[in-house]
Amino acid sequence: MGLLDQKFENSNVIITSLDSLLNWARLSSVWGMQFGLACCAIEMMATGASHYDLDRFGTFFRATPRQSDVMIVSGTVTLKMASRIKVLYDQMSEPRYVISMGSCATCGGPYWEHGYHVLKGVDRVIPVDVYVPGCPPRPEALMEGLLKLQEKIRTESLAKKKSA
Amino acid sequence: MLTEFGRVLLFLIVGGVFVAGGLVFAWLLRPHRPYPSKLTTYECGETPVGDTRVRFNIRFYVVALIFLIFDVEVIFLFPWATVYQHLGWFAFFEMLVFLAILLIGYAYVWRKGDLEWDKPAPKVPRYEKGIGVTDTHLTEEEIVV
Repeated sequence: MGLLDQKFENSNVIITSLDSLLNWARLSSVWGMQFGLACCAIEMMATGASHYDLDRFGTFFRATPRQSDVMIVSGTVTLKMASRIKVLYDQMSEPRYVISMGSCATCGGPYWEHGYHVLKGVDRVIPVDVYVPGCPPRPEALMEGLLKLQEKIRTESLAKKKSA
Repeated sequence: MLTEFGRVLLFLIVGGVFVAGGLVFAWLLRPHRPYPSKLTTYECGETPVGDTRVRFNIRFYVVALIFLIFDVEVIFLFPWATVYQHLGWFAFFEMLVFLAILLIGYAYVWRKGDLEWDKPAPKVPRYEKGIGVTDTHLTEEEIVV
C-alpha cells in the first residue's frame, strides 16, 4: 500500500487528524543509526550518554540500518567512506532522514581547500535534511538539529502537497 | 466465567491480534520500494563477499562436547553448595564420587589426545649442497590450517 507515499489527492479532516497522529508517533521515536566517522562522533556519543540523554527525545541508536530512521553523518566524510555511506543510506528502510553534523560533513570544513581526500559535503552523495553547524557541534546543537528534524516530520502529510 | 485455560486462550488470541495488527498497519503505511542495494546483507557498508554458510572445523565439535560435560558439572555443583550445610558428610562424599567419575572421563579424553590441537606442520624447504629441496610436495589443501 504505502500510504506514506502521499496516495491521497486532497486533504480532509480525517486525513489531517490521521496525519497528526502518525507524525507524532514517528517524530517521537526517531531512531538513529549507530555509526560515527570522526571527532564529531565523540560529541554524538556524549549526546547519547546519560548527561545529555538523547533518549528523552525518543532517539537512541540502532546497530543496523534496517531499524533506523535517521543517519547522523558525524564527521569528516573521506572519499573512501563516501561510497560506504551511500550503501548504508541505501540499506536504510524508508522513510529515512539524514542529519549532517559538523562543518566537515556539511561542506568539507577545514579540508575545503586542500583536502584531497575529503568529500566536500555529504549532500553530494545522499540527500540531507538538517545541517548542524559547528566544529564539532556541542551536544546542545545536535539536539537542536534533532528537534528541527522532528519539526520537519511534523509537517508531513499523507495528502499531496498543493503547489502554491 | 472463563476457565483457567480459557484465559490462556484469551492471551493467545490477543497476542496474535497484536502481532497481526502491527504487521498489517505497517504494510498499510510503509513505502514499498525494494531495490538490490537495499536488500543486500548489512556488512557495515562493505560489499558482502562469499557465502554466509561456511564450514567449521570438526575439531570444534569434540572441544564443545567436553566443555559441555564440565559445564553441566558446575551447574550441578551450585545447588549442591547451597544445601550442603543441611546434608553434611553424606553429600560431601556423594559429590566426591560424582567428581571422581567425571575426572576419570577427563583423564580418558586427555589420554586419548582429544585435548591436543594438532597444528599443521608446514614443510619448509631445506638445503642440500646449496640447492633447496622439499621432502614431499604438499598440495594446497594440506597446507591450509
